[in-house]
Amino acid sequence: MSTLTLSQSKPVDRPKIKEKYDHFIGGKWVAPSSGEYFDNISPIDGKPFAKAARGNKADVDLALDAAHAAFPSWSKTSPAQRSKLLNKVADIIEENLEMLARVETIDNGKALRETRAADLPLVIDHFRYFAGVIRADESSISEHDEHTVSIALHEPLGVVGQIIPWNFPLLMATWKIAPALAAGCCTVVKPAEQTPTSIMVLMELIADVLPPGVLNVVTGFGPEAGKPLASSPRIAKVSFTGETTTGRLIMQYASENLIPVTMELGGKSPNIFMKSVADADDEFFDKAVEGAVMFALNQGEICTCPSRILVHEDIYDVFMEKVIERTKAIKMGHPLAEDTMMGAQASNDQYEKILSYMDIGKQEGAEVLCGGDKASLNSGLETGYYIQPTIFKGNNKMRIFQEEIFGPVVSVTTFKTTEEAIEIANDTMYGLGAGLWSRDAHELYQVPRAIQAGRVWVNCYHNYPAHAPFGGYKKSGFGRENHLMMLDHYRQTKNMLISYDKNKLGFF
Amino acid sequence: MSDNKYVPRVLISDAAKETIDTLKKRFGTDLMFHQSGGCCDGSSPMCFEKGDFKVGASDIWLGSVYGCDFFMNQDQFEYWKHTQLTLDITAGRGSSFSIEIPMGIRFMIRSRLFTTEELENLIPTKTGEEILEENELK
Repeated sequence: MSTLTLSQSKPVDRPKIKEKYDHFIGGKWVAPSSGEYFDNISPIDGKPFAKAARGNKADVDLALDAAHAAFPSWSKTSPAQRSKLLNKVADIIEENLEMLARVETIDNGKALRETRAADLPLVIDHFRYFAGVIRADESSISEHDEHTVSIALHEPLGVVGQIIPWNFPLLMATWKIAPALAAGCCTVVKPAEQTPTSIMVLMELIADVLPPGVLNVVTGFGPEAGKPLASSPRIAKVSFTGETTTGRLIMQYASENLIPVTMELGGKSPNIFMKSVADADDEFFDKAVEGAVMFALNQGEICTCPSRILVHEDIYDVFMEKVIERTKAIKMGHPLAEDTMMGAQASNDQYEKILSYMDIGKQEGAEVLCGGDKASLNSGLETGYYIQPTIFKGNNKMRIFQEEIFGPVVSVTTFKTTEEAIEIANDTMYGLGAGLWSRDAHELYQVPRAIQAGRVWVNCYHNYPAHAPFGGYKKSGFGRENHLMMLDHYRQTKNMLISYDKNKLGFF
Repeated sequence: MSDNKYVPRVLISDAAKETIDTLKKRFGTDLMFHQSGGCCDGSSPMCFEKGDFKVGASDIWLGSVYGCDFFMNQDQFEYWKHTQLTLDITAGRGSSFSIEIPMGIRFMIRSRLFTTEELENLIPTKTGEEILEENELK
């Protein structure tokens, strides 16, 4: 294939960050007990840009000590005070949005226009949302009879372990950290080894805001730092976003400690385009075309990537012509350049995995409608991990329709009837996201109800407001993130059952 | 074993064999693989010390590759069973608890379709539970 010559705006400057980062434990920077650090590779050019502490069990134990020391006072801190601190965190992030967006782009490889417009603004809003909801949050009370009152009071679970994925390093960390802290828990966070730096740059900014030990971050490799955290008898809960095998392993550890877990394990989300979508060539049709091309957002590295397009056969030609045209117009390039629309895949092994799926897709007879190969970029990006946005046409039994490729790859198939669309949509192990596009008022309600997925976007896709619950059906996991209901994933209920009757029961 | 008359479901590259040798030496135990699905590092094979990952009746044993049992969940197997897998190694930094990760490399799967002839002569699968029972008897 040919090399793409880049004609684009100059990349913005890289912010100055430290050469290496220690763990953040008990409000202090703590060197790894092993003394070892590992290189953090930027997907932009495949080159190291910072070092991260190589954590192990001793470091995790230190972080758990700090969190347990902080919990008695943090759990009793008033909601007003916790809210104030979460708002302060949000304000600091907002003041440093541009710097953090650039670091996030260097760490993960995604385009700057996304970290500026999506990742960081959502992080800020998420902290503010949980700062807000705990001010209005109430426990419940019921009078069972004139002498008996039941109080159901929320109490934080304690010290929790949170394992963060690499696709939205700061936002996914925030999805876990904000509700845990709002609920009164203390946390030990283990970022993904592909993206251990941006969260440490954030910790530098907010190090003095929270009391020491409330929020601790230990970097390192899964088997060395993640496992001792997830299997520790000193955590009250573990929250994990990732894949199914590690999810099962974490549940195995949790079963040994009898603690609750929440799991977000990905999906193979169907994006359904009903016949009425093409009733007019108007703004809505244009929006639906964009909705189909959303598979390329974040280079496809989103658990809810709309990686299966199901389109009514009568509108296939007119609709897909536009989708292919729009996909071909995606401008790839240096992730730090302001006009780049799609950046680099997060790591070399992801890059190789995506290419292996393109291979099996072609072997299975899927037709390549556009893309279908790596993108060889020049101008210093030759060693980065770039892949062309790709559309395959095939059938739902093919492996490219069934497995989460986690890259800018979408597989399209057609349906004849609504029933068939629903059947194809649900023919998957997963049930995290889905999209339904229609102008028909009945379909807009009935089809989403029939889809077995925790989030169905209706006439939109990839919006992630803090105020809407997010999570999976089937093998996509359980528990939810976002929304005030998340508080209850970090709390337990203290029931006080009170008698105001002075008289004995009369049994004894 | 009379497995030679069957077509294997999982093959292995020389690079992956070397990695298994290194890991076996380092951990001093036999190893096992469980094929993951789902997001992030999903769709990648995970390597553990043998027995560290609890398999059961819902797991399918695809065979033994270079002395390591290779499993996949039943649901996922239904969508994978027409393809032959090759366990390979690539440079990279996966997350997950797979034990090769600190080495800066990652196990990965390459796939090809079985031919019609091969499909009729594949190595019979067993469940994880059956494998555990066999291991107890040994």
